[in-house]
Amino acid sequence: MSAPNKDFDPVAAEALSEESVAAAVVAAEEAFASANDLDELKAARLDHAGDRSPLALANREIGALPPSAKAEAGKRVGQARQQVKQSLAARQAILEIARDERVLAEESVDVTKPFDRDPIGGRHPLSTIQERMADIFVAMGYDVVDGPEVESEWHNFDALNLGPDHPARSMQDTFFVESADSGMVLRTHTSPVQIRTMLRQPPPIYMIAPGRVFRADELDATHTPVFSQIEGLAVDRGITMAHLKGTLDHFASALFGEGIVTRLRPSYFPFTEPSAELDLQCFVCRGESIGRSDPSCRTCGSEGWIEWGGCGMVNPRVLAACGIDSAEYRGFAFGMGLERTLMFRHGITDMRDMVEGDVRFTKPFGLEV
Amino acid sequence: MRIPVSWLREFAPVPPEESGRDIADRLVRSGLEVETVTSVGGAVAGPLVVGHVQSVEELTEFKKPIRFCTVTVGADHGHPDTPGERGIICGATNFAPGDLVVIALPGSVLPGDFTIASRKTYGRISDGMICSEEELGLGEDHDGIMVLPPGTAQPGDPAGPILGLGEEVLDIAVTPDRGYALSIRGVAREAATAYGVEFTDPGLELGELPIPDKSAAPHECASEDLTACDLLTLRTIVGFDPSAPTPIWMRRRLTACGMRSIGLAVDVTNYVMLETGQPLHAFDLDRLQGAVRARPAKSGERLETLDHVDRELSPADLVIADDRGAIGLAGTMGGLTTEIDGSSTAIALEAAHFEPRQVARISRRHKLSSEASRRFERGVDRSLPPYASARAAQLLIEFGGGQYRGMTAVEAPVDPIVIPLDPNLPGEVGGLALDEVTIETQLREVGCEVERAGAVLQVLPPTWRPDLTDPYDLVEEVLRLIGYDKIPSQLPSIPAQHGLSMGHRIRRRVGLSLAGGGYTETPAYPFIGTDELDGLGIPVDDARRRLVRLANPLSDKQPYLRTSLLPGLIATARRNVSRGAEDIALFEQGVVFFAGEQRADAAPRPDVADRPSDSELADLDDLLPHQPRHVSVLLTGAKEPAGWWGAARPASWADAVAAARLVATAVGVDLEVTSGVNAPFHPGRCAVLRNGDAVVGYAGELHPKVVERCDLPDRTAAMELDLDVLIDQAQDIVPAPDIQTMPVAKEDIALIVGEDTPAQDLAAAVAEGAGDLLESIRLFDEYTGEQVGVGRKSLAFSLRFRAPDRTLTAEEVTEAREAAVAKAVERFGAVLRS
Repeated sequence: MSAPNKDFDPVAAEALSEESVAAAVVAAEEAFASANDLDELKAARLDHAGDRSPLALANREIGALPPSAKAEAGKRVGQARQQVKQSLAARQAILEIARDERVLAEESVDVTKPFDRDPIGGRHPLSTIQERMADIFVAMGYDVVDGPEVESEWHNFDALNLGPDHPARSMQDTFFVESADSGMVLRTHTSPVQIRTMLRQPPPIYMIAPGRVFRADELDATHTPVFSQIEGLAVDRGITMAHLKGTLDHFASALFGEGIVTRLRPSYFPFTEPSAELDLQCFVCRGESIGRSDPSCRTCGSEGWIEWGGCGMVNPRVLAACGIDSAEYRGFAFGMGLERTLMFRHGITDMRDMVEGDVRFTKPFGLEV
Repeated sequence: MRIPVSWLREFAPVPPEESGRDIADRLVRSGLEVETVTSVGGAVAGPLVVGHVQSVEELTEFKKPIRFCTVTVGADHGHPDTPGERGIICGATNFAPGDLVVIALPGSVLPGDFTIASRKTYGRISDGMICSEEELGLGEDHDGIMVLPPGTAQPGDPAGPILGLGEEVLDIAVTPDRGYALSIRGVAREAATAYGVEFTDPGLELGELPIPDKSAAPHECASEDLTACDLLTLRTIVGFDPSAPTPIWMRRRLTACGMRSIGLAVDVTNYVMLETGQPLHAFDLDRLQGAVRARPAKSGERLETLDHVDRELSPADLVIADDRGAIGLAGTMGGLTTEIDGSSTAIALEAAHFEPRQVARISRRHKLSSEASRRFERGVDRSLPPYASARAAQLLIEFGGGQYRGMTAVEAPVDPIVIPLDPNLPGEVGGLALDEVTIETQLREVGCEVERAGAVLQVLPPTWRPDLTDPYDLVEEVLRLIGYDKIPSQLPSIPAQHGLSMGHRIRRRVGLSLAGGGYTETPAYPFIGTDELDGLGIPVDDARRRLVRLANPLSDKQPYLRTSLLPGLIATARRNVSRGAEDIALFEQGVVFFAGEQRADAAPRPDVADRPSDSELADLDDLLPHQPRHVSVLLTGAKEPAGWWGAARPASWADAVAAARLVATAVGVDLEVTSGVNAPFHPGRCAVLRNGDAVVGYAGELHPKVVERCDLPDRTAAMELDLDVLIDQAQDIVPAPDIQTMPVAKEDIALIVGEDTPAQDLAAAVAEGAGDLLESIRLFDEYTGEQVGVGRKSLAFSLRFRAPDRTLTAEEVTEAREAAVAKAVERFGAVLRS
């Protein structure tokens, strides 16, 4: 560095010449442009924009100039340094983007790797279909009611107009609790829950009772000694069989699709009079396969209807046993098997799949059916 | 009940173009459950002809009887070399020259797609086949060749029409209210109504009986219990030819209905029963001594019935008896000693009416269900016995000869039931408009007599419909005949309700939480055996041994109802393992059963005419066992499988305890965990689960011996909770927490304590010492090893402090921390690890 020019001699400083400054700018820009990464750029910055860079050194020479020359030299160097700084920033930005891209690229992973570290379980479709059905009836204003699985014969049979000598009583393969006159059975249907409800509360009654029931059948592809039913009961003033039909139609369409209806066929149950078998319109072919063999409907066997359950108007004798005046109130009741419903709804071909607890069966149903 | 369509058409002239399936459809709509429509000998295709056996040559060189038969088969069907004749090899020996048989000529196809061809066998040409009933698909009677009664047909006549091949048969599942449908008569009446054609009633014709032979009186009969047996008739026939064959048409129909032909006398009683619905019994008159009477059985009296079972009778049974004792179980089955057989020439034909419940009781007591009892317990037409027995007597005399001696009878007066029917009721129940004319018309179709009496209709049901006893029975008849398809579809207007109960909502939440937590729901049967409890090591005085036993279990190995969900989960886990599963986490929510006190007296049976009293209802409920709902999990293998993230985490006792906590969270109750001992758990790895003071369940690792006995993978863990108790404690409304927003101060401490010190107790001491400023405490590490010394462990806790109103100073935090450590030192001799 030159000593301060106190003499105000017109000393020419080589470093401040127009050529030198321009050359320094060019050198700096070339160095920046040739820097391939931020480290190289840092080195170039120290060389060309640092405290010891040619322009920084030239800047100090300004003091040695006579006052008349200072302004011009100062302006020249200042502009040059500004230009270099901008070049540096521009290059810095470009290289930072490049670095960021590289880092992100390096951090990339194979997102297709399965992360099944916390496997999820599944609910049994028998549970979820009960809830689905319950929701439909709760939306209509029904209560969901439970009853005991070991039940008194009185609730399971007598109160349902199945007296001790009723032939229908021997139709059912009942599990009796020891001893023979214990008066207890494993309930053969969910109907005793009707009785308990009518004994507990006065009409109006609108209730459903899903639950397990028991019949002494051996397990095979279509039978199981332990199965599930859902029972429905309405007791109110002015209840008609049309209300029964309407309720079942609504249930069918809510569970199987808009427009699906039910059909009633005359039948016999001791606890209802009139009684009916309940058929469900086939929700797959909607009756279009009737009489056709090609293509046939696998769900309904091209019958157009699927047997679903039983129903009827509550027998006045049943109301009487529960202390309900049949001159004032009438009721309807219905019931259907849940395993059977699942079988045709989901295409399950073997009852044993629902019974054996193989997790491969249950898991696909997940948390909902 | 099997109904050959030709038989039905005899009484109901259904249009000829209607097929069996068409008729079935109509019957289904009126409420008869037609299960199948089949054809007799369904798969048989001709040429099938009648043959006359000319000669039989025994071929003796074979180990079994082989006969070469020459059969005349009519001019058109003989072999070209032997006009009108064929030679056929046959192994059966129940026929002789002169018999009429059925020949399947070469080209015939028999059931099983069995094509008959001319072939060489046993050294001869066999040119067709002599058929048995079974081979023709007619029945299961494979006693031998089917021999037709003499004079049935000429050789060469087509056999198909004679055998009724191709006849359609409807099989109807008869519901208990419709006893009348257990007869051609009853079903034909329904068919006539369905088609609107005239019905000819075979139950109202007395038949053309000869004038009784007055030289000897008919056999006497009596009823000593006119309630149980309110009508008994006995017709007497003597000089009957016991060798007279049953006509082929009768045999054909019996076979089509699924009954075997036994001999003319028995066949006729069966035939008339099928036709009219009236069970009949034919006694061998020569084996009777004294009047035939219905009476209660005597104590200790015995009877060997036709099925060769020697039965002990009770005074609750009603029997048919003569002077020597019981000769039949009333309405159920006859006795062996007075049975008609191939030498009987004198017949006493019984036709009676029994009280349905009486027969039901006999049938149930003796576990004996017969064609007769099935009909009587469903109700038989009270006026039918004399008509049916006249029809039978007429058939017996027509085909078996003999002299008719007349009938004796005893009868109680009949008090017919007249049902008052409000003519508005059918429409009100059906939810549709019905005029009175329609109602009366339909009731008359059923056979009722209807009379208007003021505002109501007085309806007298027909004698064949004992099931019609009250107005709703009549409503059903009217509605079913109009057609249930006419009933409109309407929703009732229902009062507003409260939705799902809290218990139901919680049960759903518990199921969803466990499924989300990796557990798969596998409901098991509730049947267990004591072997399973032994396998679990349940002590003899444990509550889980208070078992409810079934009187008629499916398996003698599992006669009890479960008191725990674990046996079911264990069996299910084992099944999954056997099918190749390794990592298994199962759960079940289900009911368990704990027996109450044994009752000395018989169970109460309140009358059903009216509501039982509250105390009677309480008595009924007292019968029942305690039936709480439990929830249980069982897991084995890896809870977290190995993967690219690292090694597997094996399922352990800790998962079982966590599952219990998960359930408690889902229910919304607190669960306290202490260590304890309870079967079937590992004594050092068993958590006792409490809510408040009540023990609500256990969780942990199964005892190694249990694992071994139950054939489970090592280290299987499980949990079982009484869900009902938890649900009872659940709060419907959760109070919201107070959220503090001032800065938090975090401190970690590690305390060295004896290895028996429960972490939970140490944490409680630390928390107590730390005071109100402590927001949370969490165990984050456990260390055992040289640095802490033998028998000691280091437990590291992270503590978070916060004040509600200010930023804590360093001094305040240090003071709280030191107080926390001091409490641990004081209570457990803990040493702060630096």
